[in-house]
Amino acid sequence: MATVELTFSALPAHVRTARLVATAIARRTGVEESLLDEVRLAVGEACSRAVEAHRLHCPGEPIRIELRDDLGRFEVTVTDSAPSDELEQEQASLRFEDPLVQLPDTLMSGFGIAVIVGLADDVQVYPSQKGMRIRMSWPATANGLSAV
Amino acid sequence: MDLKLDHHSEDRLTIVEVEGEIDVYTAPRLRELLIDLVNKGNFHLLVNMEKVDFLDSTGLGVLVGGLKRVRAHDGSLELVCTQERILKIFRITGLTKVFGIYASVEEAKEAHGSDK
Repeated sequence: MATVELTFSALPAHVRTARLVATAIARRTGVEESLLDEVRLAVGEACSRAVEAHRLHCPGEPIRIELRDDLGRFEVTVTDSAPSDELEQEQASLRFEDPLVQLPDTLMSGFGIAVIVGLADDVQVYPSQKGMRIRMSWPATANGLSAV
Repeated sequence: MDLKLDHHSEDRLTIVEVEGEIDVYTAPRLRELLIDLVNKGNFHLLVNMEKVDFLDSTGLGVLVGGLKRVRAHDGSLELVCTQERILKIFRITGLTKVFGIYASVEEAKEAHGSDK
């Protein structure tokens, strides 16, 4: 199991860097080219959500990403330190029938997570008072190179 | 790639050309442009996304915000997009039902012409 870890300050500019790193490691791990756009978007969504949450609750704390080559799967875990107990409520109220009523013109946590769920092959979201962990994974071929 | 924005008017339609990545870092610039256009009385917007490399939910939020603003003036905000990777995020979120999405600027202009 090879792992790359990345921590970054809660600045929007760093989200692009995180996307680029995740896509590069996914390619190296053997994720199919056709899935790389999904990896890029899902990791970007998870990191954007974390940055917005940190800017509200704990701007000085870093956000952590782990990228792992795990038994034929490429696994990404994005961990933040912002309390996220309101997530269930946000997701429960999220209905896409009338997004004009619900969606403000800023990022909405539940909306980003809904996009991740639509993109990643396998997603687990662990909200807690100490922060949120989003784990997602995609299949990787045996021909991939080691992540590190 | 950073975000490049440009706009011009053709008849009553204002065409917004977007190039690059729309994400949590760059989306505020697009939001400012859309707000500025609406404040200056441009209520029929066509956003050309053919040169957009990346769009996330922050960008979707900005487009929805723009749509809300123009609708308050009986206006419209429609999109030009044929890229599958961009269209996919509209489909996942159900926003294909909310936005008019055209294959080309010409097609959108024709549709607007037939509205008159």
